[in-house]
Amino acid sequence: MTNRKIDQATGTETTGHEWDGIRELDTPMPRWWLILFYITIIWAIGYMIFYPAIPLISSNTKGTLGYSSRAELEDALKNAQSARAQQIENIRTSSLAEIKADQSLHAFALAGGKAAFKVNCVQCHGSGAEGSKGNPNLNDDDWLWGGKLEDIHQTIKHGVRFELDDDTRSSEMPAFGRDEMLTQAEIEAVADYVLSLATKPADKMGVHENSGEETAGGTDNGAQIFADNCAACHGTDGGGDRSLGAPSLNDHIWLYGGDKRTVIESIFNSRKAVMPAWTHRLDEVTIKQLALYVHSLGGGE
Amino acid sequence: MDPLSTMFALAASLFSVILALYASSQAEDFIFGFHMLVFAAAGGLLILYLARTVSFQQMTEKGEATYSDGIIRYGVIATLFWGIVGFLVGVLIASQLAFPSLNLDLEWTSFGRLRPLHTSAVIFAFGGNALIATSFYCVQRTCRTRLAFEPLAWFVFWGYQLFIVLAATGYVLGSTQAKEYAEPEWYVDIWLTIVWVSYLLVFFFTLLRRREPHIYVANWFYLGFIVTVAMLHVVNGLAVPVSPFSSVSYSAFSGVQSALVQWWYGHNAVGFFLTAGFLGMMYYFVPKQANRPVYSYRLSIIHFWSVIFLYIWAGPHHLHYTALPDWAQTLGMVFSIMLWMPSWGGMINGLMTLSGAWDKLRTDPILRMMVASIAFYGMATFEGPLMSIKSVNALSHYTDWTIGHVHSGALGWNALISFGAIYYLVPKLWGRRELYSLQLVNWHFWIAMMGIVIYASSMWVSGIMQGLMWREYNADGFLVYSFAETVMQMHPFYVLRAIGGLLFLIGGLIMVYNIWRTIRGEVKVDQPISQVITVGA
Repeated sequence: MTNRKIDQATGTETTGHEWDGIRELDTPMPRWWLILFYITIIWAIGYMIFYPAIPLISSNTKGTLGYSSRAELEDALKNAQSARAQQIENIRTSSLAEIKADQSLHAFALAGGKAAFKVNCVQCHGSGAEGSKGNPNLNDDDWLWGGKLEDIHQTIKHGVRFELDDDTRSSEMPAFGRDEMLTQAEIEAVADYVLSLATKPADKMGVHENSGEETAGGTDNGAQIFADNCAACHGTDGGGDRSLGAPSLNDHIWLYGGDKRTVIESIFNSRKAVMPAWTHRLDEVTIKQLALYVHSLGGGE
Repeated sequence: MDPLSTMFALAASLFSVILALYASSQAEDFIFGFHMLVFAAAGGLLILYLARTVSFQQMTEKGEATYSDGIIRYGVIATLFWGIVGFLVGVLIASQLAFPSLNLDLEWTSFGRLRPLHTSAVIFAFGGNALIATSFYCVQRTCRTRLAFEPLAWFVFWGYQLFIVLAATGYVLGSTQAKEYAEPEWYVDIWLTIVWVSYLLVFFFTLLRRREPHIYVANWFYLGFIVTVAMLHVVNGLAVPVSPFSSVSYSAFSGVQSALVQWWYGHNAVGFFLTAGFLGMMYYFVPKQANRPVYSYRLSIIHFWSVIFLYIWAGPHHLHYTALPDWAQTLGMVFSIMLWMPSWGGMINGLMTLSGAWDKLRTDPILRMMVASIAFYGMATFEGPLMSIKSVNALSHYTDWTIGHVHSGALGWNALISFGAIYYLVPKLWGRRELYSLQLVNWHFWIAMMGIVIYASSMWVSGIMQGLMWREYNADGFLVYSFAETVMQMHPFYVLRAIGGLLFLIGGLIMVYNIWRTIRGEVKVDQPISQVITVGA
């Protein structure tokens, strides 16, 4: 250590080593650093005494607090369950109408339904239950299978066209074009007629898309085709039939879109949306809560 | 190389090419066949190179009096190239999160495939090349000797680039063994093992050849990094291929053991690749640039050994509140807490090396970059132990907070110290008097700094918000927010994050321009501010 020198700027001695011009000062370790290091070590040892820490041959030290993350979770779940056990039980034993009549129980059911909706339903029906193409909006009065509490409950419980559930709601619209039941011209004519049922601006767009004469003659022709092929399910006035899940065609609400191209597509290929039956995934209480929540969104009957 | 070794190398590469072509012909899936062709092409290029350089004249021992710097020049260029690639992909995937249509509906450009491309490009391609280049530079200077086994060192460089190409093309084509930061499949893992052991041999034998009585502290850190990464990589990569000609394999571990091995590897990739390795970089380049002695020899010993000993245990903190047994979670947490001061030892030694030279921060943007990197290192190594505490982790885990934490470390510490080292190295490696423009370094510094701050703070805010929203219960004990609602809330922060990343990329491009002009030998003469001051008017 003959090369030890005093560094001018700091007044500290160097270690006497040098590499490529780099020297090292022999500064002692900062005291605060050392003390904090010791404190963290002591804290670590203490924590290891209180909590499970050291692996042994076939088990591990349990710690003096007897802590276990699994037990902690079970406790938390148990507490949460016991806090609302009475209300859950009330929902289980009451009919939907009874729950709706009981103000505080109804409020509780709506809160539960809202939470369950956010986890299970928003993927198709949207965060605000506003729906999307092929997935109905649940805020309006336009119900495919009925908007009464019992109807909604039935739909959630058993789904729509869900093959694994025997009680599922089911109906099938023919694929008029694909199965060659109607010609292309007939489909266009009946599409024009369907669009004219709802007095919305979109049906005028249908006129623009086609040459005028076809549309002019088409609507009369369309009315006849509609009466022969569609009215059985959708009603002579296009009002729909909830027992068959046949949508109303004379309002402004379109499940797949109200432009002519989409309506033609619906007639040509048919539409067969599926909703799962939730009875296989959710318990009875949650399904009741969901039915009450959806009913409360604005369109409940 | 002498003719005999050259002939031997030629024969070996010819054999490899034939083997690779055979494997390609037997391939059971497209990726394996394609990658074997890449191997064959690399071997073919090597044969061409060897055939051109073979000489039957007596080789003269050239350059024993100089350092082997050619390889480091290549390393610097590779670092810059992969850095820009990595930053660019980062900006792209950050934008994909804000605007999903940027996934382009193509499997090759989907977020899931580009994300490992980004992480591997910045950690292993950019960071790895920076570490290999600076370690080769530092070990020669501080040992006053040329690299041992120079042809092997060249193999390390080119072999590593081949690894990067195999990994990157594999990700885009959909090949993965589904281990974070270790996605490449078994045959790429084997190749990396060969390259990495060669790296260890070159570095270790260069140390043995040293003409200094002691080993400098930077080399301890580099050696610790190389040895530990070899061990981590081999254990984590243990797998059984479906067949010798398939790109698919099954891990030797399953269930929670697989998770533990994965995070033992993953956390120590951070600890030994991104911390120990880059501390080696800091211990050489900061004292050189500041022209000051290292602050404390004693601190460097204690913090080196405590970092090495404690870091290797901290991995389980990535698995709090999972199926991992409680005792392992406890150990992961307490070792992370104990790691706080040892990590800060490096920060103290780096920052305090400037004592007596703080004024240089005003005039030297390169030193400023290095000091900022040490400050970010200090912040990240405080935040890490904090996030390892179980009750903090209960909020932070799985949120963007983690992403913010990682990037304040990666952009702030790893990238800035690498930029500083590159700015220091380039004029010396290419024999230039100075950099093309210090003013551009200054621009790079401030633009990158703005990018880091925007990135990290937006992720902190969005991460904490996300964590709070996820666990928000109402009075009746029901969840308040749907997952989609939390995603919607994060959108503005995702946009900000992409902007932060874009700024960082712009800084990187400024650096590339500056380095390019420096290598061409140009020096920009900035007009000094007029000394004549007009008083009053």
